[in-house]
Amino acid sequence: MNLFTDALAWLFSPERLDGPYALPILLGQHLYYTIVSVLIAAAIAVPAGWIIGHTGRGREIAVAISGAARAIPSFGLMILLVLLLGVLRVPEAAIITFVILAIPSLLAGAYTGLEAIDRRTIDAARAVGMTGWQVFWRVELPLGLPLLVGGIRAALLQVIATVTIAAYVNLGGLGWPIIQGIPLQRFDQVLGGAILVALLALIADLLMALAQHAAVPTGIRVQQTRRVGGRARATASATA
Amino acid sequence: MFTARKSRIALVGAAALAASLVLAGCSNSNPLEEEPAGEGSGEGGDTIVVGSQAYYSNEIVAEIYAQALEAEGFTVEKKFNIGQRDAYIPELESGAVDLFPEYTGNLLEFYDPEATATSPEDVYAALQEALPEELTALDYAEASDQDTYTVTKEFAEANGLTTIADLAKVTTPVTLGGAPELEQRPYGPAGAKEVYGVDLQFSATGETTLESLLAGEIQVADIYTAAPAFQTEEIVALEDPENLILASNVVPIASSDVADEIADVINAVSAELGADDLVALGVQSTEDQMSPDDIATQWLEDAGLI
Repeated sequence: MNLFTDALAWLFSPERLDGPYALPILLGQHLYYTIVSVLIAAAIAVPAGWIIGHTGRGREIAVAISGAARAIPSFGLMILLVLLLGVLRVPEAAIITFVILAIPSLLAGAYTGLEAIDRRTIDAARAVGMTGWQVFWRVELPLGLPLLVGGIRAALLQVIATVTIAAYVNLGGLGWPIIQGIPLQRFDQVLGGAILVALLALIADLLMALAQHAAVPTGIRVQQTRRVGGRARATASATA
Repeated sequence: MFTARKSRIALVGAAALAASLVLAGCSNSNPLEEEPAGEGSGEGGDTIVVGSQAYYSNEIVAEIYAQALEAEGFTVEKKFNIGQRDAYIPELESGAVDLFPEYTGNLLEFYDPEATATSPEDVYAALQEALPEELTALDYAEASDQDTYTVTKEFAEANGLTTIADLAKVTTPVTLGGAPELEQRPYGPAGAKEVYGVDLQFSATGETTLESLLAGEIQVADIYTAAPAFQTEEIVALEDPENLILASNVVPIASSDVADEIADVINAVSAELGADDLVALGVQSTEDQMSPDDIATQWLEDAGLI
């Protein structure tokens, strides 16, 4: 149990709370970049996904962009942006990278959520006289919420994992113990940092799973349980 | 809610997790260490394999060694741009690579993190002791690629700085920038405080250290002595009279079984590799865009070795 126990010893050592690279500070920086990036990406991708899902147009473009964006190597993109934007704009360069990373999952979550709704439900809504906006706000959005939350969950996990590279360009975050530990050959530090990132990802995943479950409209959940007599089947995962 | 199938899956999952944790602990403390790749020396007795780091300055020196050996009739195989120490040291130790240009101080730090030597001679002596049996250090050159505390000429003039100790005179907060590991090194901020009484903040600028210094984001930068920037930019290294910083001269590391054969050729090269040479070679690479091949040939001709 050499390396693992050493890593735990490193993690729980009181020195981890001192200095500019204290674990709480690193965690704060990590969460800051994650949340800001996912929020900005959501502001861009979710309305776009909703428009695509509601109007039914532009789906091919969305799929193509999502696919291409996923193929971009985040580390390379971040370094490129740092070189282009200059050393005084490193946080902006990193955030742009993480936003580009988060957009595909959020876009997919938004439009598949709306696409998965039974067309008869939309027809029924129109039949009772709802306008386009009312159909969207009162019918499509609530019904599409579970898949959207699934998309947010996927994006959040990807970004949490990738923000570790922010340490390479001096932005801190939980990647710092890893980036510093390798040249110093302090592998307890490297493993400790990796464990922290993994833990953060697991906790975030758990919370988002609960959120996804809670996002199913009560009426649907009750209806499903009554009809199937078992687990609700409404919450499909939107890891497109 | 807990069916028999779910309980079984949970049990298997828990067992797998426990097994992976136990197995993770069975590994040795350096997960990046490779097992030696079979027996030592290569097939042909005369083929010398020369390696280099993924660093253009190091590649140029390796190219110089390779061409010097070829001029003396050796068959040389070049394996350049291998990577960082955790990538190429195993190859060196196993004999897959026979000759490698290294740096005395940084290599000593790698083999003996607790070493306290800092002057060029002490570091070289300590390195010879710290090296494993399979490796031999040939003569070291005057040329070095070591850490410095560098400031812009403007900052030095404005604050009257010549040595590292003078940094204590600066009234505004002073930030030191460099690779992430510098923060923990004995010649990092902690060492500067202890030896010179200077309070420095740290910023892990890494690859963008020079740009950050020139942009004013940091006031002191760890620029390596072989950097072309010393010739092309208005920067100056602060003097280190107390030998805080680890000296790191260019030293050829050879497999012990070929060391005697190649010692004469390579030591002649090291004797000619002077303090300013690496900067000049670096400028030829980055500014004049010459290939390592041409730079090496030109240097060897100028030095009268080929």
